[in-house]
Amino acid sequence: MRVTGTINGQAATLEIEPSTLLLDLLRDLGYTGAKPSCEMEVCGACTVQLDGLPVSACTTLAIELDGRTVETVEGLANAETDLHPVQQAFLKESAFQCGFCTPGMIMSAKALLEANPSPSRDEVVHWLEGSICRCTGYEPIVDAVLEAAEVIRND
Amino acid sequence: MTEPKIAGTSVPRLDGPAKVMGRAKYAVDLDIPGAAHGVAVRADRAHARIVEIDASEAEALPGVLAVVTAETVAPIDVRFGHISRDHPALAFDKVRYAGEPVALVVAETRRAAEKGARLVRIRYEDLPAVIDAEEALADGAPLVHDVHPGRTGDEGFHGTTADALEGNLCAANLLEWGDLDAAFAAADVVVEGEYRYPILYGYAMEPYNATALFEEGSLTVYTTAQHPYMVRDDLALMFSLPLARVRVVVPYVGGGYGTKSYTKVEPLAALGAYATGRPVRVALSVEEAIYTTRADSAVIRARSAFTSDGTLLARDFDIVMNSGAYSDNSPLVCAKFAARTFGPYRMDALRVRCRSAFTNTTPASSLRGFGAPQGNLGGELQMDEAADKLGIDARELRLRNVVKPGEEILKGKRGIDADLAADLELLTESLGWGEREGVGFGLAASDAGAHPTSTAIVRIHGDGSASCAIGATELGQGSRTVMSQILADGLGLPLEKVAIVQSDTGVVAYERTTGASRTTTLNGRSLLAACDDARRKIRELAAEFATEIEDAPGGIEADGAFMSYGEVIRKWFGSGGEVVGSAAIRKHGDFEKLPPFWEIGASGVAVSVDEETGRVTVEQLTTVGDVGFAINPTLVHGQDLGAATMTLGAALSEELVYDGTTLSNPNVVEYRVPRAGDMPKKIDQILAERRDGLGPFGAKGGGEGAGNPIGAAVAAAVGRLLGRYPTELPLTPERVWRLIQEVNAGEKEKEVVRG
Repeated sequence: MRVTGTINGQAATLEIEPSTLLLDLLRDLGYTGAKPSCEMEVCGACTVQLDGLPVSACTTLAIELDGRTVETVEGLANAETDLHPVQQAFLKESAFQCGFCTPGMIMSAKALLEANPSPSRDEVVHWLEGSICRCTGYEPIVDAVLEAAEVIRND
Repeated sequence: MTEPKIAGTSVPRLDGPAKVMGRAKYAVDLDIPGAAHGVAVRADRAHARIVEIDASEAEALPGVLAVVTAETVAPIDVRFGHISRDHPALAFDKVRYAGEPVALVVAETRRAAEKGARLVRIRYEDLPAVIDAEEALADGAPLVHDVHPGRTGDEGFHGTTADALEGNLCAANLLEWGDLDAAFAAADVVVEGEYRYPILYGYAMEPYNATALFEEGSLTVYTTAQHPYMVRDDLALMFSLPLARVRVVVPYVGGGYGTKSYTKVEPLAALGAYATGRPVRVALSVEEAIYTTRADSAVIRARSAFTSDGTLLARDFDIVMNSGAYSDNSPLVCAKFAARTFGPYRMDALRVRCRSAFTNTTPASSLRGFGAPQGNLGGELQMDEAADKLGIDARELRLRNVVKPGEEILKGKRGIDADLAADLELLTESLGWGEREGVGFGLAASDAGAHPTSTAIVRIHGDGSASCAIGATELGQGSRTVMSQILADGLGLPLEKVAIVQSDTGVVAYERTTGASRTTTLNGRSLLAACDDARRKIRELAAEFATEIEDAPGGIEADGAFMSYGEVIRKWFGSGGEVVGSAAIRKHGDFEKLPPFWEIGASGVAVSVDEETGRVTVEQLTTVGDVGFAINPTLVHGQDLGAATMTLGAALSEELVYDGTTLSNPNVVEYRVPRAGDMPKKIDQILAERRDGLGPFGAKGGGEGAGNPIGAAVAAAVGRLLGRYPTELPLTPERVWRLIQEVNAGEKEKEVVRG
């Protein structure tokens, strides 16, 4: 069926099978920042923003894109000189190792800061329960999100 | 060796921008033109003879290219394995565990392949299965392998016993010295216990995947492997190809932790490509990844003998590992388990008997620290039990017995290259030992590094910049960054003038493995030696036009004037050109004695327990990173916290559970790994840098050490709060709650010193 939506700011009209998952659609289009992992909506590696809300693309149908806007990590910056504050904070805090969870983690954190620009540490921790990281032990990620919040607030 | 300038500083990760922008490409992100998709048909039972595979319905499905079985690719021998070639990529004759691949359906789309896989009919004749390791070793147990698989004889897997293996015994190791009976007879205090370590799944977030293609008579595989060269060797053997005609390429890897050591999914993709002539991609789900590799679980029976003044006289361990259906790396885990159980203590007598059992379960292999986290549970917890019995402080008891720098832990091996007593002081001070309740801590020393075969190639280019081509894989540990720092210092260049290529056997120098925390020490040393070789060649070129030549940062002093490497190269060649340096290290010279270094663990926790629910909260975690010299301190902290967090998972929540002959929780909903909310409330990370390693600038490996003592430390901390030491992990709320009820019911068996 025909679906019309916006992906990373670009209007797109796509012919898709109704059973196609958003994650597969995005990755087939070359947006491989969203990663496949648990396929059960618990690890957060495939998190993208659909009309601003964080969703697991692995359990969202691609047809949900119709009339809506999806943003993936690739939509945040065009160049290394142009990074989103959350991306910058992840770099500064070394908040990743293998990096496989990182795009989902960043999209989730960005959605949090859009909804709540001044989260407490506990609120950040609670929010990040939806994203698994096996490498870092989470502490640098929480630090990065709090730092990004401060940068955005002061901007 | 010059003094480090860039090494020793926390330069930002080179892979950072690509990773935060979502541009870093992992194997699962690659889009190989023309690739077909392979999906495995997996056994739905644990042990059965394969009577018939009927693929006709699947083959008739539109889009299906082939249904590959061991029979359809004959005469290719589909078995692989680096220690024992006992593991068929596709089961033939019989299946040995539920979830084992029996056929591979290759189709134009993944969806068609999945559909096809559901249409392959396999007729089985069921056989009795054995799931429990001790039952597997008992007389009359069903045999997982009708004929005991032999060994490949790779000398790199030193210390694994191949003799006297029969029945379901996958491997056996015996470590012993001194008069054990006399020591126990002379003891004032003996502690005894039985400890259980769960079946773990590493959950590297990128599940195993590979894309294989044959072209120009060569096989190329893009994959998630930690050890591309060892995968190359297995594939060359399987397809009777020269090593030069197998190329294994590993882009960024979404987590390794040992789970991606050795060959996993690559033969499936390669067999699919062989059968169809198409590039074939096989990308596993998490459930399939769990059916591919998990870690060895263990039962550890231990006793330790002390004099009344706390002198450790002897230790005696009897260990049974559940190693699953195929050898994979379990024989090496078995050897390491034996060596990593009894702790870094001196004692007159020791016996460790470690047996690895084949069972009809998912094959077990490496996972962070393999053998160490398991063995440490018995070894260190027993030090705490003994301290209570002796009436001696648990730190003091360890200090009385811990080996001094240079002292041997294992006879004939390298003496300990660390100051463990000093590490222990740092650790217990941070944890507030003696001043608060619910503290547990421990030590570990692992014979790490693996067999020290490592090579490196350095190229100095015509503008004086340099690149290296090395076989160490970037798994997230930060090897791209650390090795670049070493390269820059090795040639006296700024970081901006060096580049690195990794993990492509068609391009880079040989590296045996990326595991056992070896990269910084071993590949770091071969890389520095390659820098020296390149500098020697630069001096040779310069000797054509200068007489007084000395090394200088980024070039040479030639008759008193500085010339950059680039100027020397351009002058010598007249146009273009480059200088190539190479080097190799092996079990020789500095590295004659194994292990290349001891990996130290000195970690602990403070916990609280909710007596209503049994829930354990980690109030504090402390790690002491005894790494000799931290080439990138931020990355060392990252490794230590990551390793400790992983073992906190094993200590508190992670466990694969067999319900009958199948796994009841092969997913990350019911297999619970640590989440952000499980983070210790306070984290203290200490670095102990004493330049006592053989690696560059005195470095030695980290990455597993911090996790190794955590299981026992958590058990000790919980035990001190409850008045009874738990002996089985993970300490789920239910398990802790039951322990509380038992203690309250007055079933207190052991006197635990509270605090």
